[in-house]
Amino acid sequence: MADEALFLLLHNEMVTGVYKSADQGEVENGRCITKLENMGFRVGQGLIERFTKDTARFKDELDIMKFICKDFWTTIFKKQIDNLRTNHQGIYVLQDNKFRLLTQMSAGKQYLDHAPKYLAFTCGLIRGGLSNLGIKSIVTAEVSAMPACKFQVMIQKI
Amino acid sequence: MAVCIAVIAKENYPLYIRSIPAEQELKFHYTVHTSLDVVDEKVSAMGKALVDQRELYLGLLYPTEDYKVYGYVTNSKVKFVMVVDSSNTALRDNEIRSMFRKLHNSYTDVMCNPFYNPGDRIHSRAFDNMVTSMMVQVC
Repeated sequence: MADEALFLLLHNEMVTGVYKSADQGEVENGRCITKLENMGFRVGQGLIERFTKDTARFKDELDIMKFICKDFWTTIFKKQIDNLRTNHQGIYVLQDNKFRLLTQMSAGKQYLDHAPKYLAFTCGLIRGGLSNLGIKSIVTAEVSAMPACKFQVMIQKI
Repeated sequence: MAVCIAVIAKENYPLYIRSIPAEQELKFHYTVHTSLDVVDEKVSAMGKALVDQRELYLGLLYPTEDYKVYGYVTNSKVKFVMVVDSSNTALRDNEIRSMFRKLHNSYTDVMCNPFYNPGDRIHSRAFDNMVTSMMVQVC
């Protein structure tokens, strides 16, 4: 129970810390969001290495996305992704109706414009995990009503 | 035990390669390089699997008169290649498997080290020591 709260609080402090230490110009440019996303990327790479150490080999891309939705999400946020949609052409939408990092903030429209800051790290997490499994992707997130949010993964075919 | 151990990144360049005795190093580099083809073949032959397609351990890649080459691929497409002396017939399959397990565990630790950038050569002393413990006893 305690370790869940630890990650949530640490994450919140991290976001505040990055924004505090940035200059005025950077806050408007969105460099902080990039910084957070890059942090998440490196963490995602290491996490995937640990988690896939004992699992069997993945058959295909869909298998990998399902792994992210179930095992990966469960280990980090103690719940699974509620909905996974794909157009079978490299775009996946992961929907989480009660995203752990946002539940403490609000249950509706309040603080909506601050939500992207708190989603950047998780976007990086997904991107880092996929990149270590051999998939280049772009991950974006959108929130229409807290605490539900959607992560969109665009696979880049090289 | 092993005479050469190599860790190859997913783009097929070596992250770590070490062999004993030192004079034979070039020969082992070449062997590891040629064994990469066999690894790719085994990984892509998933449909007609003689190897269990869900397993990470690939088994014996190919034997030559002096030594045998074993392979292991992780889910992040990093390959471990181990060259073992043929005269050492006491080495059984599960011992090789356990050596690969140890390699994988150490590699995971290296990955999680904040001073390590994924894609660089491995300089970690802990990893070195673990590999040394697997390679000692040949000479």
